[in-house]
Amino acid sequence: MIFGHLLLSLRAHGLPVGIGQWRTFLEAMERGLAVGTDELYRIGRALLCRSEADFDRFDLAFAHAFADAELPKDVRDRLAEWLQRRVDPPSGPRVDPGVPDLWKEFLERVREQREEHHGGDRWVGTGGTSPFGHSGRASRGIRVGGPGGGRSAVRVAMERRWENYRTDRTLDVRDLEVALRSLRKLVRDGVYAFDLEQTVKRTCDNAGDIEIVESRERQNQVHLVLLMDAGGSMAPHHDRVSKLFSAAARTKTFKSFTSYSFHNCVYGWLYRDIEQLDRVPTEKVLRGLTPHHRLIFVGDASMAPYELFSPFSWPGQDSLAGIDWLARIRSRCRASVWINPDPRLYWNHPTVDAIGRTFPMFDLSVDGLNRAVRKLRAPV
Amino acid sequence: MTRFDRFEGSATYIADEGLREVVNAAVALQRPLLVKGEPGTGKTLLAHAVAETLGRPLIGWHVKSTTKAVDGLYHYDVVQRLNDSRFGDRDVSDIRSYIRLGPLGQAFAADEPTVVLIDEIDKADVEFPNDLLRELDEMAFHIPELDETVRAHHRPVTIVTSNAEKELPDAFLRRCVFHYLSFPDREQMEAIVRVHHPDLDSLLLEAALDRFFGLRKGKNLRKPPSTSELIDWLAVLVHAGLDPDTVRETDPFFGVLLKQEADLLGRHGRKTSV
Repeated sequence: MIFGHLLLSLRAHGLPVGIGQWRTFLEAMERGLAVGTDELYRIGRALLCRSEADFDRFDLAFAHAFADAELPKDVRDRLAEWLQRRVDPPSGPRVDPGVPDLWKEFLERVREQREEHHGGDRWVGTGGTSPFGHSGRASRGIRVGGPGGGRSAVRVAMERRWENYRTDRTLDVRDLEVALRSLRKLVRDGVYAFDLEQTVKRTCDNAGDIEIVESRERQNQVHLVLLMDAGGSMAPHHDRVSKLFSAAARTKTFKSFTSYSFHNCVYGWLYRDIEQLDRVPTEKVLRGLTPHHRLIFVGDASMAPYELFSPFSWPGQDSLAGIDWLARIRSRCRASVWINPDPRLYWNHPTVDAIGRTFPMFDLSVDGLNRAVRKLRAPV
Repeated sequence: MTRFDRFEGSATYIADEGLREVVNAAVALQRPLLVKGEPGTGKTLLAHAVAETLGRPLIGWHVKSTTKAVDGLYHYDVVQRLNDSRFGDRDVSDIRSYIRLGPLGQAFAADEPTVVLIDEIDKADVEFPNDLLRELDEMAFHIPELDETVRAHHRPVTIVTSNAEKELPDAFLRRCVFHYLSFPDREQMEAIVRVHHPDLDSLLLEAALDRFFGLRKGKNLRKPPSTSELIDWLAVLVHAGLDPDTVRETDPFFGVLLKQEADLLGRHGRKTSV
């Protein structure tokens, strides 16, 4: 029962396929809508995915379930031998191997390859940035060791071309719009001037004398405040974060939008510009906060411990420690969250830990931002 | 597959194999087809092409932020009736003459099979798709004012498009066949352009496509140009009689491609007009 295998694989890869969807899929199979693996892949994806964000999971699950047609046996044995050695899990950024037709390239390299390779960028092996092999840092490729390749749909599935659409990935530029959409959830809907229903009701109540009813527009009460770490360790994230901010500034749906920058942590002053020339006392910003304010911090939260815990941190700043400033802001405004652009991998750090205990902390991904917005709507 | 109506793309619409299969699956399974994708990938045109190839009339429902689910079914014009009862000379006792069927209602009531396009469903309120679940499942709805049920004689092929401005509810998504229209690659784009400009000079097309995909590759554009802008731009280039070298070396008529002021201003230093 090969489809049962697919269902289990899909669910194991985190794609919540419902019974109704599954029955529709089986119906499609029964009616012969998919005769080959390619059709099975495309129609399965159309019926079982609910969004392009699910495609990557579907690809993985599909490759997992159908990668049984394998390479010629001698090639497989040779590769298996080469790839047996375990290597450390990969670290460092992922690299696009820049190979347009992976499968063709793969077959060629397997034919040419004469020995084991570990850590390079070309041959089938472990580690490194070659798209072929396992435990490497290539962002797409053909996994060898474990399931081999096989039918073309499986190959397509393995290329993971939909990975960029996953919502749990960290944001890239394309995802910006999506992220802003979830910020917009903060807005109360409903701008009605002429209220037809009430007009009709009143008119009927009046025995037919027309009475026009206009209902009041509801204003969006939310003030959005974004506070951004402009410190040195944020440099790798600067592009994403500043784009997020300029786009947020253009979203005119909030009653007000203010942004401040700070260096590493909030102390006595907040800055209106990234160059940190135009400053306001944090005290003043604190006093201006109302129950309608929503605060979003964006920062990596990692710094030298004294920068957070020592009351004498930066020259010319007053003597409250950074963590105390943060605690004051938190107690003044519970509708506040911290977005950390660093991968969770790096969160195991004393200052990240301390700030994470002060503010609910989320990662800078579509999922993270969605959860942050939910938290902002129902702050505890 | 010969048992089903087949969608094969049309003279003016290029559909790849994957899209054809998905459309045909949706038709065969009688499920709404949800099409998502960047602006300019041809979501709305797909519905026209499906209607054309299946030889069915297309009924369009263009959703706006104020659209309610019931608008697609029927509209009871109480205000008109009230007005007529006071000032008009029509017979107001016949409620039926004040009931107008909406796009879905028309499709259900039609004597022939139709294609219904629910365009930009994400523009409406978040609850909007949920309000249509039962109607789309059962292909029937009740009009309380007449105490009548409108039931589809022929299940229409339903095509729903979304620009992903809002997330659609899960219950709705589970009932749809889903297709994501990727932005066309160079080869597909060439075929699409050829449909609109059959006599275009190949060198000019080559040059224009180089510039177009070059622009899209650069990540700093606020609004990257899409298919319809490319087609308009080519029309302008042809009309102005420009040669391929001019297209490569200057930025002729970039106002047609780039709609954001900032994107155009960001290109100072290059000659922007001819």
